[in-house]
Amino acid sequence: MARIRLQDLAHSYHPNPSDDRDWALRGVDFVWDDGGAFALLGPSGCGKTTLLNLISGLLRPTKGRIVFDEQDVTMLEPRVRNIAQVFQFPVVYDTMTVYENLAFPLRNRGVQPEVVDRRVRSVASALGLDASLNNRARALTADAKQKISLGRGLVRQDVSAILFDEPLTVIDPHLKWRLRSELKALHQQSPFTMIYVTHDQTEALTFADQVVVMNEGEVIQIGTPAALFDRPNHTFVGHFIGSPGMNLLPVSVDQAGVVRFEGYAIQNSSRGSGENLAAKGLQIGVRPEFVRLQREGIPVNLVRVIDAGHMRILEFRHGEHSIKMVLSESSAIPDRTPYFLGFEPNRAHLYADGWIVA
Amino acid sequence: MKTENPKAWFLVLPVVVLVAFNAVIPLMAVVNYSVQETFGNNEFFFEGVKWFREVMTSQRFRDALSRQIFFTSIILLIEIPLGVIIALAMPHRGWGVSVCLVLMAMPLLIPWNVVGAIWNIFALPDIGLLGHSLNKLGWDYNYTRQPIAAWFTLVAMDVWHWTSLVVLLCYAALTAIPDAYYQAARIDGASRWAVFRRIQLPKMKRVLIIAVLLRFMDSFMIYTEAVVLTGGGPGNATTLLSIDLVKIALGQFDLGPAAAMSLIYFLIILLLSWIFYAVMTRDELE
Repeated sequence: MARIRLQDLAHSYHPNPSDDRDWALRGVDFVWDDGGAFALLGPSGCGKTTLLNLISGLLRPTKGRIVFDEQDVTMLEPRVRNIAQVFQFPVVYDTMTVYENLAFPLRNRGVQPEVVDRRVRSVASALGLDASLNNRARALTADAKQKISLGRGLVRQDVSAILFDEPLTVIDPHLKWRLRSELKALHQQSPFTMIYVTHDQTEALTFADQVVVMNEGEVIQIGTPAALFDRPNHTFVGHFIGSPGMNLLPVSVDQAGVVRFEGYAIQNSSRGSGENLAAKGLQIGVRPEFVRLQREGIPVNLVRVIDAGHMRILEFRHGEHSIKMVLSESSAIPDRTPYFLGFEPNRAHLYADGWIVA
Repeated sequence: MKTENPKAWFLVLPVVVLVAFNAVIPLMAVVNYSVQETFGNNEFFFEGVKWFREVMTSQRFRDALSRQIFFTSIILLIEIPLGVIIALAMPHRGWGVSVCLVLMAMPLLIPWNVVGAIWNIFALPDIGLLGHSLNKLGWDYNYTRQPIAAWFTLVAMDVWHWTSLVVLLCYAALTAIPDAYYQAARIDGASRWAVFRRIQLPKMKRVLIIAVLLRFMDSFMIYTEAVVLTGGGPGNATTLLSIDLVKIALGQFDLGPAAAMSLIYFLIILLLSWIFYAVMTRDELE
């Protein structure tokens, strides 16, 4: 068990990185608390797998340090870091039996046979692999194989953290849910640090205590699922998390501190008047869940209704700007033109150059 | 409802004809010769299994067969492990890949009689680079006179010519292994040997079966290179089965024994290939 500290960690796959685009990871600096469940969330190519491979030691960082508790492990090989990693595609050693697969990491470390046997059996029963212990690993289904990969991580008692790199990609949807709950249950039994990479927000939000949102090699926001939803630090987080994502509209703040969209007053800015915000690209962000139909406000036309089963998504237009709104299935859509929209108080946030100001 | 239609047999007729003309009929001609005696004039007399008995009991055939088995065993023992080692050592990205692949493919592109000729000259003790160097290094080497030197040259030539095939097959199998396997092995703390034994070898197994079978059959039938290099000599020291067969059939014009020997030769290759295949794929049937 260990607390993992990343200090100004940066990585480039180019030998001589010059401009910003050469960096896969551009300076990450934070601490993973011991025993937590973390999710690394971001679009493909945002550097989350790179970050994972740096922590496990498969890659050496170009810059920065990685510290486990008080020990600097930046230059250490994966085998001495006590990290387990589960990959996107299940890795099994197919000439070996399930038992041998699970015993492999322990045998490589010269653990005594009785200990190996005890650990393998306990992990196998936790994962529901008891029955197939003596089968060849090759003949198994994808989810059983992924359980073996997982088991090889869990079998070592000394692991500081288990890293998951989109481990449920190849699993059938109905098994995905089950495997995820099993994983969560296992984590509650034994408090290892768990870092889970995914591009699926549902997976990240249901799984983790803390979600780290990344984009273009940078950490944008770290927070609980609720914080990411209620108060995104950056328009990227607002847009990436939530389905549909946050509405973003260009606004201006006038002398009196009133936020205006195309001249329509939306709310009062708590962060001063237009003088100190005037120069920046200002946007208001509001989640579709907090858009309301009103008697007055921003006049819009309804262009589309998408039925998403448990809710309906209404898409409105004001000029070239699109505004989405979520309506519960039971509420009726009133019939009138034009519609007027407003936002719930304190649910709309002001962003300058993408970052939150109020 | 009756769905059978005997006319459908006509659809397989072209294949039957093709196979008949390029395999069955020539083979039957050999079978025909193997049970008859001729003294010319196109007159033939039935002799039953006489030639088979003669070939099977002849010391000459046994010697040639022993030499053949010895040769094939040696080159398999060298080429397969060497091919695997070279494939493991080859780069997997960068400009080195194409350089290595071209170098490896080169020996395979040279016509077999040219390979024989190259080594014939290369190994000459007086003017050949290899032969001359070996003599300078203190080995009294002359492959036209010493059986051991002749064998050494023959094996070296075959290894040079055919190891590439094993390398290319293994390399193809190795590049097909996803990176995640190597990464998982590093996380699991596997040694270099464990990576080879548990990941690389199992993934190469299928192509290795093909490689062993191809090299077994090809080396068991080796003729051109060996004949150009040593002509079967010195004496009969490097007279392998195919060389002996040609001597009997075309040198002595003993068609009957030659035909009987061809069939026995053919059956040996068939039998050994089947045994190799059965043994090597035994695991998969479990």
